[in-house]
Amino acid sequence: MNRSKRRTGRRHPLATVALLALGLVFTGGAYAALNSTTAAQAEAEPTSQETIDEGKKLFQANCATCHGLEAQGTGNGPSLIGVGAASVDFQVGTGRMPMQMQGPQAQQKPPQFTDEQVKQLAYYVASLGPGPDIPADHLVNGGGDAANGAELFRINCAMCHNVAGAGGALTEGKFAPPLTDVSGVHIYEAMVTGPQNMPVFNDLNITPEDKRDIITYLQYIQDNRSPGGFELGSLGPVAEGLFIWIFGLGAIVAITVWITAKSN
Amino acid sequence: MAQDDHSGTELAAADSSHAAQEFAGSTGTAVIPQDAFTNPGFEPHRPRVTDEDPKRQKRAQRTVYTLFYLSVLGSVWAIAAYMLFPIESNDVGAVRLNNMFVGLGIALALLGIGFGAVHWGKSLMTSAEAIDIRHPIGSSQATQQGAVEVLREADEESGFSRRTVIRNSLIAALLAVPLPAVVLFRGLAPQDQLPVELLSHTMWAQGTRLALDPSGVPIKASDVTIGSAFHVIPEGLNDLEHGRLEEKAKAAVLLMRLDPSELNEQPDRASWSYDGIVAYSKICTHVGCPVALYEQHTHHLLCPCHQSQFDVANHCEVIFGPAKRPLPQLPIAVDDEGYLIAQSDFTEPVGPSFWERN
Repeated sequence: MNRSKRRTGRRHPLATVALLALGLVFTGGAYAALNSTTAAQAEAEPTSQETIDEGKKLFQANCATCHGLEAQGTGNGPSLIGVGAASVDFQVGTGRMPMQMQGPQAQQKPPQFTDEQVKQLAYYVASLGPGPDIPADHLVNGGGDAANGAELFRINCAMCHNVAGAGGALTEGKFAPPLTDVSGVHIYEAMVTGPQNMPVFNDLNITPEDKRDIITYLQYIQDNRSPGGFELGSLGPVAEGLFIWIFGLGAIVAITVWITAKSN
Repeated sequence: MAQDDHSGTELAAADSSHAAQEFAGSTGTAVIPQDAFTNPGFEPHRPRVTDEDPKRQKRAQRTVYTLFYLSVLGSVWAIAAYMLFPIESNDVGAVRLNNMFVGLGIALALLGIGFGAVHWGKSLMTSAEAIDIRHPIGSSQATQQGAVEVLREADEESGFSRRTVIRNSLIAALLAVPLPAVVLFRGLAPQDQLPVELLSHTMWAQGTRLALDPSGVPIKASDVTIGSAFHVIPEGLNDLEHGRLEEKAKAAVLLMRLDPSELNEQPDRASWSYDGIVAYSKICTHVGCPVALYEQHTHHLLCPCHQSQFDVANHCEVIFGPAKRPLPQLPIAVDDEGYLIAQSDFTEPVGPSFWERN
């Protein structure tokens, strides 16, 4: 009975496996297709409701612990209502958020989200209240007046970030990070939003064109390194003093030992 | 040299025998510590390899003259490099190449002479040990007496002690000689103004608008959002024909806006701010560095030179570092058109202390 049924059965023994495989391929393909449509829509229409919804999901899964389910803020993190897309794009795009641990200031680390997810988070937070937007490409790609940018940088930025953008120490463990290898869009967003303890430089203080000039200056000193030779980190007297103490005095001590040693 | 050497050994020998006698004289059970330093004399002479091996001597000789010829090469190269890598105007890179290659040539020239001479001295010149005894510093008794005699005679013959009128007039003339220098150096400061007065006042006056550095565009109160830091100069500073930098050095101001609830103001100075906007002198009260490292959440201002810290929320009182006084506050208000203006000049001198400052 059993035997005959197997022989005359409608289904091949491997049919279940084949069906399962087919089903998986179809579901995966459909998901991929749907996913890429979402991405394409996000690129094309940043403030679409779909982007904001995706961002909200990401936010509630990754950020709500400290910032609250509605981004209203808790004892561990500030309210994000009205900080704008630029702030989220800077904090998450440079890896400062999600924060590794509480400390004097959020440390930079490899970004935890893809560019697309960062944008979704940014537009979700931007939908909660008006705030500075992610700057347009022509403002962050350089191409401005490097000399004007250098003057503005010396007046507004160099006291903390060092005249060569090498960064510097602040109080109680805080520091101004180096600006080398920071993308133009992140520099622009930092000026507009004032992350951590950095003051805000709004568009009435430093106009968008002036901000473009500052970015141009920073890119210029990246491309045209110091004509004086070794930079030693561009840190000034500390690095240079240490160098001359170790190598300059070391050479003098070595020569003195050689001069006074008896020849064999 | 040989004589010196001879006398030196004799003297060393005399010293050691003297010390030996001193210790021989002490008797009894007292324990005499033998810690007096005795002259150990010379180490046994050890011939160098160049003294014994003619081949090594030849090699050392070669090394020395090679170093001297390298020095010649370095000098010639420095001249050539000066012409090969000319300093073009408007090209910083050319300055760098010129400096580097000329410098390398001169370094080779000087180091070649130095190392060659030392190597010559160490490996080829005679290696016999010798002592040169330092001659006594004081002159002989007779010479000293002679000098006193000369002075006494000069005084007697010139009448310096006797003719007091002439002597005093000479002293007066010598005292007066440096006086023109004092007046000339005073002339380096502004002639028609008292320096104390200049240090006590800045360009700020009642109604002067606060303007952006460097453009000089006046600032509206509404421009200054919370958390902002503006670097400020008095309006009209850029139009000054003379002394623009001097005025800027005194009048530079940092403008910040805090959440008004975070500002702890003294009642008598409550009217000096506007809706959380405060303006403070940027010149450190320690030695006058520009204090502008502002932290918008802690409201700390840090001076980069000596790490003085000021608390903006508490009238910039000193919370760390060598500064002794808070940063002077500029009283501000808003005019009819919404622009920020100064109520008056700073109420105390800005910057570091000076003698006449109270």
